[in-house]
Amino acid sequence: MGIVSPGFSGRRRAGAEHLPPGQYLVTDFPVLSAGPTPKVDTGSWQFRITTETGQVQTWDWAAFQALPNEDITVDIHCVTKWSKLHTGWRGVSLDTLLAQAETSAQYALAHSYGGYTTNLPLEDLRDGQAWIAYEFDGEPLDPEHGGPARLLVPHLYFWKSAKWVQAIDLREDDEPGFWESLGYHNYGDPWREQRYWGD
Amino acid sequence: MARAAVLGRLIWQVGTVAEIRDETAAARTITVDLPDWPGHEPGQHVDVRLTAPDGYSAQRSYSIASAPGGKRLELTVQRLDDGEVSPYLTQVLETGYPLELRGPIGGWFVWDPASTGPVLLVAGGSGVVPLMSMIRTRDMTGSTAPFRLLYSVRTPEAAFYPAELARRAKARAGLDVSYVYTRTAPPGSPLPPGRISASVLAAAGVTFAGPASAGYSRDAPPAVFICGPTSFVEAAANLLLQAGHDSRMIKTERFGPSGG
Amino acid sequence: MIAPLDGNVLAGPLGELFAVDITSAMGQCASCGARNPMAMARVYVDAPGMVARCRSCDAVIVRLVRSAGQAWLDMQGISSLQLRMPSE
Repeated sequence: MGIVSPGFSGRRRAGAEHLPPGQYLVTDFPVLSAGPTPKVDTGSWQFRITTETGQVQTWDWAAFQALPNEDITVDIHCVTKWSKLHTGWRGVSLDTLLAQAETSAQYALAHSYGGYTTNLPLEDLRDGQAWIAYEFDGEPLDPEHGGPARLLVPHLYFWKSAKWVQAIDLREDDEPGFWESLGYHNYGDPWREQRYWGD
Repeated sequence: MARAAVLGRLIWQVGTVAEIRDETAAARTITVDLPDWPGHEPGQHVDVRLTAPDGYSAQRSYSIASAPGGKRLELTVQRLDDGEVSPYLTQVLETGYPLELRGPIGGWFVWDPASTGPVLLVAGGSGVVPLMSMIRTRDMTGSTAPFRLLYSVRTPEAAFYPAELARRAKARAGLDVSYVYTRTAPPGSPLPPGRISASVLAAAGVTFAGPASAGYSRDAPPAVFICGPTSFVEAAANLLLQAGHDSRMIKTERFGPSGG
Repeated sequence: MIAPLDGNVLAGPLGELFAVDITSAMGQCASCGARNPMAMARVYVDAPGMVARCRSCDAVIVRLVRSAGQAWLDMQGISSLQLRMPSE
């Protein structure tokens, strides 16, 4: 730790609500990115689920919009320590998308337009824990925040909620994604503060 | 003058604020004494780290404004209203306070005072800071390398070091300073307010287009240093390339959208 | 909009790991073969880690993650580095 700077307290605010350890509350919506914002228009957008046996299902934008969707309000926690509470999204539940998939796979690897990847156990995508979200705060999801559609898995650190999601592969073996292969925790539970390897 | 080509990893050092002076309504120059300072080259920067009592810390990079020499350096910091570090440095910090920093950092965006070729410095707002280190070093070493500074600012009141730049330009041959005012120009200024453009460059004599006396000759092209907010740097670099400057002669340092 | 910074910002974080300045080194991109000064990389700093991309083809050339007591560095995207060494 550095020397204390007299009179410095930093910008973050203490949250009145119960936050995961080490987090602070924000009211804006910080944009974090590992690269340029992919330009994906809904005319060419496609989302794909591939099982471990090679069974493939795809949806184009029209088909996707025709699926049952939900309005949800969730808290999100970024590993860079900001948390945003009561965020409103509209999306299709992964339970709906996985309904037709015949699989005994344990793991999932999400791929984004632009090359980003993130991995998580398949069971963390089920049972009302995950969505492919395409609206935020009542508006179409901004490209900066992952639009046209992003994965939303709020019970894990937000790097797992892959922006510009394009596909999810169901796998028998676990393949670490972009950040998981470089020090970030393979699972990423904010309540157990699983930020880095070994946490 | 010792080159700061230190072998060794960067480490944090604690200095003491020796002096603070206002440059503009929103910017201050902070002089820091650092007993272990290894020296620096003009154009390099430091990282400044602030730590709250609970261990929370924030860190930002600031270009060194002073010429090399001794165990003291100067930083000129512009206050960003929504910033986290600059409000502390420009409004809370006082003389006698400790300041933690590491450096010198950066080996690419530097000017070697042993070089004799012409130099074109293009500054956008607070991007003038590392270029000022180069100008101060030029005088300190007695270098006769021809220097030209093209300094883009919103208004005359926003310019850093105007009196010092005028004094240096007058005191010793070989330094030319021109301003580009993007919002409000002073009365009698040769150009109306506006952003840097091809015609601004031509009027400032920094292209190859005109007769040699009004611009550069291709036999002696200048080393170009461009510094400022990302959008300014990209615009200026593109204009200079279009005006015939070689990309291998152009070095840039982008401060990010808000200019540092 | 996320506008990337340039490779000059690598100098601080990589300066903690390397004894020589990396930003003036010429790096060869493992994806497209282009050789550029590291200072000219496009660097995204607003991420869980720092990501530098090739100026010519945008492929990832360097990734750096820092926690309080660890650093993780991936330079697979650079096939070679040419560094100017101080004279001895």
